[in-house]
Amino acid sequence: MDAAPLYGLMAEFDGPTGLVEAAKRAYAEGYRNIDAFSPYPIEEAWEAIGQHDRRLSLIVLGGGLAGLLTGIGLQEWVHLFAYPINIAGKPLNSWPQFVPVTFELTILFASIAGVIGMIVLNGLPMPYHPVFNVERFERASRDKFFLLVEATDPKFDRAKTRDFLKGLNASEVNDVAP
Amino acid sequence: MLNPKAATYEPAPLIEPGHTFGSITDKIAGVVLGGRTPLTWFIVVSIGFMIMGMLGMAVTWLIIKGTGIWGVNIPIGWGFAIINFVWWIGIGHAGTLISAILLLLKQGWRTSINRFAEGMTIFAVMCAGLFPLIHTGRPWLAAYWLFPYPNSMSIWPQFRSPLIWDVFAVSTYFTVSLIFWYVGLIPDLATLRDKAKLKSVKMAYGMLALGWRGSARHWQRYEHVYLLLAGLSTPLVLSVHTVVSFDFAIGIIPGWHATIFPPYFVAGAIYAGFAMVLTLAIPIRKIYGLEDFITIRHLENMGKVTLVTGMIVGYGYLSEVFFGYYSANKYEGFMIWNRMHGPYAPIYWSLIFCNIITPQWLWFRRVRTSPLGLFAVAMVVNVGMWLERFVIVVTSLHRDFLPSSWGMYYPTIWDWMTFIGTIGMFVTLFFLFIRFLPMISIFEMRTMAPEAKIRGSEGH
Repeated sequence: MDAAPLYGLMAEFDGPTGLVEAAKRAYAEGYRNIDAFSPYPIEEAWEAIGQHDRRLSLIVLGGGLAGLLTGIGLQEWVHLFAYPINIAGKPLNSWPQFVPVTFELTILFASIAGVIGMIVLNGLPMPYHPVFNVERFERASRDKFFLLVEATDPKFDRAKTRDFLKGLNASEVNDVAP
Repeated sequence: MLNPKAATYEPAPLIEPGHTFGSITDKIAGVVLGGRTPLTWFIVVSIGFMIMGMLGMAVTWLIIKGTGIWGVNIPIGWGFAIINFVWWIGIGHAGTLISAILLLLKQGWRTSINRFAEGMTIFAVMCAGLFPLIHTGRPWLAAYWLFPYPNSMSIWPQFRSPLIWDVFAVSTYFTVSLIFWYVGLIPDLATLRDKAKLKSVKMAYGMLALGWRGSARHWQRYEHVYLLLAGLSTPLVLSVHTVVSFDFAIGIIPGWHATIFPPYFVAGAIYAGFAMVLTLAIPIRKIYGLEDFITIRHLENMGKVTLVTGMIVGYGYLSEVFFGYYSANKYEGFMIWNRMHGPYAPIYWSLIFCNIITPQWLWFRRVRTSPLGLFAVAMVVNVGMWLERFVIVVTSLHRDFLPSSWGMYYPTIWDWMTFIGTIGMFVTLFFLFIRFLPMISIFEMRTMAPEAKIRGSEGH
């Protein structure tokens, strides 16, 4: 049984407090390839496992700037070069009237960049993942909380890690098949 | 506390006591997966679908015959199509206000109603978007009138026109609302995937959930982008009705050419939107027994927002009258006089009754906390906001400058069929949504449960 390939070990908790405390202890113990699972966002949980990714701010900023330049570029190009129309001698580069479309495109590009960025950085869509092999894991989207230690962690040792997780007041510790 | 009596005023809870993560999940997901659909659902969808069929008929005849079947003619070139467009797009605004602005303002009570209101936004914008398309008479040509793409005639849209701004504002608004809604749905779709018994249902929700597994690393990025989207949607929602008001305000017609229009339109949009959220929420919480989650407190808060925005709209009406007088402009003055005494005066006075007088009932807590009273007020406001659009569009156009070019506008049966048809479309889409997707955000409701509080932590 012990020779079976293993993705990691998963401890189950009944409440958010148990999960956050366990995650903090696991991180303090030196485990780094860990993940916490909860049915709703818990700020303390991602802080406990050292997750701090602010790249989305830059991605949204990039998307917004791209939208801004697209808006200005498109309208200036259309009205100055592609299709110039002289109306009552008014200037072709009437930029104040290009503001609304530029604004809308900025918001549009920034939002789309943000959502695509979130999905890609999270590695989604990922229909198969080893954690789904744990039968109890379907409760992670309902009312249970889980802490996973991956087998790739340098400190991971099948027996020792299992004992460690059991010592964290976990209601159950399960093997995760790859 | 200024007076001791106020201290006894305890607001109702946001979620009835005794709920756990499990019970919240089962209750809301049960509406979708529970098996038994209430009979009311079938009745409403059949009627809605029938009315939607009428819309199909009216649009088909329009495309065969052209816009001549409508009541529009010079001088009233903008009739029902624009009235309905502005009305529907206004209704859409409450959804984004609830999901974005109230999120940034940390209003916890938004959680029970945001999903629902966002759905309403999307369907209302769909109904709205139909009108500019069909009012061109030849929607297949609208592609090069509206969108900048390299076409074989080498012509481009006029970006100085508010009508093109409108195209960009409304299509951006629709796209951003849709992705905001979808992002909010992902964790709940995962819940439905895990709860579903049938393999095919599991597959369908699983595909839509993108393999969401509730990982803390994912939640961190998720919450980050959700907040950024809320920040982006806030100026967006204010810009959309501002741009819609530019359609009028950039023109020189008396009654349209007013600087008050953008804020007055935005307030009117939120007013109409909250009235529509109330119109939908009150019967649906009853049909599905969701009084535990959409409590009297939510209804009361929405009543308060309706009252405040209604007063802002009232201020808009007042300043229109004041401009007519103070500008000393003959045409502005006549426009106001004509609204109050002209052939459309009954509509103007009904509008004042519906939008200014009726919402004053909401000062009374008895009315705000009574679902029936609120529903009655909301229905009157829905009608009032439609009348407001009618007054702005028709009474401004029908008597502008030269009496020789005055005229009257009478909608035809096809106008009515198209308008009522979109209501059927809205109801059908909305009821399909509450049947197949969780109408209340399950994961956000879990954060409201008492057990979500982490011991030894500063709040949550």
